Amino acid sequence: MRDNDAYITGIGQSEIGMKLERHPLLLTLDAVREALDEAGLTIDQIDGVSTYPGRVPAMLGFSPIGADELIDALGIRATWYAGGMEISSQLGAVTAAAMAVRTGQARHVICYRTVYEAAAMARPEEYPMARRDRVDGGTQWTAPFNALSAAVWTAQYAMRHVKKYGMTREQLGQIALTGRANAALNPRALVRQPLTMDEYLSARMISSPLCLFDCDRYSDASTVLIVSAGDAVDEVKCTPIRIAAMAGSVERHSWDQAEWMACYPTGADLWKRTDYTPADVDTVQLYDGFSFQAVAWLEGLGFCGKGEGGRFIEGGKRIALDGELPLNTFGGQLGAGRLHGFGFAHEAVVQLRGKGGERQIASDPRVAVATSGGGPLATALLLVRD
Amino acid sequence: MANTRPLPRLDSTNRDFWTCGAENELRFLRCGDCGTFIHPPRPVCRHCLSENVAPEAVAGTGVIDTFTVNYQKWHPAMDVPFVVARVAIDGAPGVILTTNIVGCEVDAVDIGDRVRVTFEQQEDVYLPLFEKID
Repeated sequence: MRDNDAYITGIGQSEIGMKLERHPLLLTLDAVREALDEAGLTIDQIDGVSTYPGRVPAMLGFSPIGADELIDALGIRATWYAGGMEISSQLGAVTAAAMAVRTGQARHVICYRTVYEAAAMARPEEYPMARRDRVDGGTQWTAPFNALSAAVWTAQYAMRHVKKYGMTREQLGQIALTGRANAALNPRALVRQPLTMDEYLSARMISSPLCLFDCDRYSDASTVLIVSAGDAVDEVKCTPIRIAAMAGSVERHSWDQAEWMACYPTGADLWKRTDYTPADVDTVQLYDGFSFQAVAWLEGLGFCGKGEGGRFIEGGKRIALDGELPLNTFGGQLGAGRLHGFGFAHEAVVQLRGKGGERQIASDPRVAVATSGGGPLATALLLVRD
Repeated sequence: MANTRPLPRLDSTNRDFWTCGAENELRFLRCGDCGTFIHPPRPVCRHCLSENVAPEAVAGTGVIDTFTVNYQKWHPAMDVPFVVARVAIDGAPGVILTTNIVGCEVDAVDIGDRVRVTFEQQEDVYLPLFEKID
């Protein structure tokens, strides 16, 4: 162990549901408690908090609990904290925490992402969406053309891949099928029924080439990762997982001016910062809010060449739980629910510790990649059990 | 298309872009020093940091960079399907607009198709939509 490294120690997750009644602060507390228990830490030992995107008053379901509120509600004595959306996507909150512990700002940082989108839609009187007469900022370049969802924006990248490189629906469908097969083995997953290729191919289109099963669904949940300083890991009882490299970048923060997706430069940057190579990786947990993002991540991280992602996942064997590169072993967001980025790092730690139960990768994985984002923004973590 | 559209809030920076259609011109900010086109509009050149920027008309044609056919009704009153596309603007290197391709069947649209601007006025906004050039 090296004192100047950062580690993920305790991890926790609330139940994952739709239209949950439990207060989002209490869902967050459920995940915090599980993470503390696993690490053998008490709340008094937590001295940092990091979250994405912080409380978003205009979309409370998207992010109901800010760092300010969590710190106060749990009586945390924070020597460092941060929360915000202007960072390289969801797991940027983890890279920020890693930098904080490496520079002595804090010793044990709670990183969390709480989502409450399904409940908020069901109870709009309690979680109202801000209504505006006019749109501004980046939204003005898409919304006036009724490009209202990230599904539509991402679909355009996917369509380019289909037209330029020949990715088929059967190939793309393997992301959803793999996720749902793994979700069936994850007791917490939102959707636990496997998906067949026939069901996938007959699903209605949302925005071509993305069909219903290429899109994650709103859920209510909280995920916590405790990031600990290298000189503090002897205080925890669980196996620390080292953050061996991290990268996060922006490819112009715009869905139209960006020439291509940020997962490509981010993936390349990750390998510049480590001696590990893609050949060393035992499992990948890749953002799949829309299935195509996981394909792009496989290419961006160099597991296959640009344009080869469709053929790489064809048939699904390579990325299956017992394949050479198991993908999204908890179900991904397509199976486990829209945990919004943090589920991928959580699952990487589960697998590296051998705690996956029915969904545990049998080959004793030691090296994993977890990512979030993949459109204009992207973050990648290389996680290692030493 | 009968769809209602969320309209942009006009300000000193974006007003020319959203209203240039009133003169049947498509205009973008361009740097008077290095010639770079600047979009989204901002009062500084992203290439040379010059503040000498002003609107300049382009031909109004372009090429479909990529597209999608939107089938989902994101609200109950929405008419579907319709095409959302990214159009690379002729004469303005690097500038791409998200827009709609109108005036043809959704299945008739493909990457590489050449298109021409057609403005749709809603209130004080002129939306640059595009039609295929036969």
